[in-house]
Amino acid sequence: MNEAMLIGLLAATVSAATPLLLAGLGELVAERSGVLNLGLEGLMLTGAMTAVVVTASTGSVLGGIAAAVAVTMAMGAAFAFLTVTIRADHIVTGLAIVLVGDGLSQFFGKAFVGVNLQDRLAPLAIPVLRDLPVLGPVLFRQNVLVYFSLLAVPLVWLFLYRTRPGLALRAAGERPSAVDVAGWNVVRIRYLAVIFGAGMAGLAGAFLSVGYLGSWANGMTAGQGWIALALVIFAAWHPVRLLFGAYLFGFAYIMVFQAQVLGGVFQLVSVYLMQMAPYLLALLVLMLIAARSRGRGDGTPAALAVPYVREERT
Amino acid sequence: MPAARDEVQALDISKSFGSFVANDGVSLRLRRGEIHAVLGENGAGKTTLMNILSGLYSPDAGDLTVWGERVQFRSPRDAVLRGIGMVHQHFQLVEVLSALDNVLLGVPAGGLRLRRGEAVARLRAIGRANGIDIDPDVPVWQLSIGQRQKLEILKLLYHGAELLLLDEPTSVLTPQEADELYRTLRGLADGGKAVVFITHKLHEVMAAADRITVLRRGRVVAALPASETTLDELGTLMVGSRPAALRPRQATAPGRSILRAEGVAAAGDRGHAALDGLDLDVRAGEIFGIIGVAGNGQPELAEVLAGLRRASRGRILLDGTDISRWSPLRRMRAGLRFVPEDRMGMGMVMPLDIPDNMMLRDFRDPPFVRRGLIDHGAARRRAEEAVAQYGVSHGGLGRPVRLLSGGNQQKLLLAREIWTDPKLLLVSQPTRGLDVAAARAVHDRLVALRDGGSAVLLVSEDLDEVLQLADRAAVMYGGRITGIWPAARFDRDGIGAAMGGGIPRAAA
Repeated sequence: MNEAMLIGLLAATVSAATPLLLAGLGELVAERSGVLNLGLEGLMLTGAMTAVVVTASTGSVLGGIAAAVAVTMAMGAAFAFLTVTIRADHIVTGLAIVLVGDGLSQFFGKAFVGVNLQDRLAPLAIPVLRDLPVLGPVLFRQNVLVYFSLLAVPLVWLFLYRTRPGLALRAAGERPSAVDVAGWNVVRIRYLAVIFGAGMAGLAGAFLSVGYLGSWANGMTAGQGWIALALVIFAAWHPVRLLFGAYLFGFAYIMVFQAQVLGGVFQLVSVYLMQMAPYLLALLVLMLIAARSRGRGDGTPAALAVPYVREERT
Repeated sequence: MPAARDEVQALDISKSFGSFVANDGVSLRLRRGEIHAVLGENGAGKTTLMNILSGLYSPDAGDLTVWGERVQFRSPRDAVLRGIGMVHQHFQLVEVLSALDNVLLGVPAGGLRLRRGEAVARLRAIGRANGIDIDPDVPVWQLSIGQRQKLEILKLLYHGAELLLLDEPTSVLTPQEADELYRTLRGLADGGKAVVFITHKLHEVMAAADRITVLRRGRVVAALPASETTLDELGTLMVGSRPAALRPRQATAPGRSILRAEGVAAAGDRGHAALDGLDLDVRAGEIFGIIGVAGNGQPELAEVLAGLRRASRGRILLDGTDISRWSPLRRMRAGLRFVPEDRMGMGMVMPLDIPDNMMLRDFRDPPFVRRGLIDHGAARRRAEEAVAQYGVSHGGLGRPVRLLSGGNQQKLLLAREIWTDPKLLLVSQPTRGLDVAAARAVHDRLVALRDGGSAVLLVSEDLDEVLQLADRAAVMYGGRITGIWPAARFDRDGIGAAMGGGIPRAAA
């Protein structure tokens, strides 16, 4: 393998990891507050479709991205209303969000299937850094959403571990009554966390459509929302470990394509079996985590998916 | 007359939950420098009143005057800002966070950043000034129950509390830890704080409080200085009638050994050694009481005996037969019956009705099975008998048991197990959360069972309950029995010391 191929492989890994990282970080924050949003796949699809439709109609890529975030945040607010206010079951509601997102995106995106966007999010090379050997082309000639996703990791970490609202958010996922008694508004914390998480999933979808492929196709996220959910568990709800997880899985995705190109033994294996690899990897990792953490905590927020009711007599 | 700015007053407070009136025109006056006790049975409205003072509930009617100013709390934050803090009966601590982070979580206002460095110094200073020593960096799950309570108090002091509310603060403590708590509270009062604690333990009120308010069924029945009342008078006020005299104890001849445990060891849920070489010998015709502070292996012991948890070492004998490897079903059929601590989770199925719950353990056997099918008529007859014999009030046999009060649920559980005429009845915390009348009914049933010749193994965290009922009392500490006292030689101090891990003096 020569240097050009290596650079191509790594740059593609960054592109594949970015939507996982964006959606995963958002979900991590939501779950840390105690809300399990299984709807990532639907939110990513909605975000991807919205970004394409708005970009194609207005000619503004940033407008498309902003619209994707706004629409998915609204869906996040609806999800929060159902799970936090009405206290509907998180899992059932999350699955509904997947189906709604899939249906909405197919319906409104119909006219845009197969349309190649004229405008796409252009790469933004960073002066000086772009000229580094290998790292330059891999990391510093990407588009702004890639940079944002990498910057978001330390920002989320700082927020969770070094700020008062971050402490309250983590505590809301562990012991909401303690947060309530301490004078915080558990409902508001969870709403904001869920809306943030949904917006990040929308951003992940927008990255896929207008930031990477430049088109819309039905069901184009192809299970990445589910992988992002698994990554949050893999990361034990820690943003830095999520970064590693996202890049590991991004690499696995890319290797599946590369294997076909490389030929050799890989040609003996059916493409369809190869395409299962990232999901098998996800299952394997979850099994390992479960086996290793038996008897001890695995970092799951104690109040994850548990509705909080205050004025209940005990 | 103390100045109004040194007082917190509640005037004619009322609060209902649905059709249940928890507080009905309650008034309370609290002063700096005083320890005030609010006394009452379960369900008398004590906790509701505290939750109103701490801003968690808003009253339906009535006024709050805090340090001379009328206030309306919309949230606990409002109360904290006025210098009111509460230690809840179930500690409001986040176990995975450090002691320091738990304190910082409750800071009512401040910037975005967590300033841990400054906070550590302040926390240490406040701890030193009040004789509370807790490592700020240690995660809460590593703290003992007593330390967690101190952390809760420290938290309030850090947030500038001038009025401290404590809900049943001694229910989880050994007698010695309770004494220490009351010394801490006295120090706080002497330093100018106002302190209120709620309890149903009469002797604690007499020992620790300056003034006493007695609640019964949501109303104040008396407010008086501790120096002007007696234990008897308080008991009468609290219950509404003269409390029954201590149960007369018959001298029963201990029978043969029914349950023996020899060197039993077992791991707890976290893999730690919950039982560590435990020996036990319960005889026919005796109530054997096991007393201990929570967290010393009591639930694990009950589970190992019932067959729900595997013993890694040791033997268990029921009436001379080794049952160590028997399934729970086989033990049950052999006459080892179990009334678990968690009656709503393990004892009954809450959404099912009374007849279904009455056959929950024995639905495989006659009379509940006829020609291979379940006989619902038999279950219904059993339920009717139980309800009549045990005086269970219910709104219809067919309604889910979750609608029953805790006392009625517990009576049904006992009826179900006692009806099988067990060789050994294992009961865990049988009166936790019950009012005095229901607790007395439960105690009567246990005594009657003992008098009928069964062995009763009573596991409890309530020392008074064990001292009242047991023919022999054993202290459980660190997964072992560390001392056994026969009823004739019961000694509150000695048992209390053993509960805290001390070497028992009068063990026999």
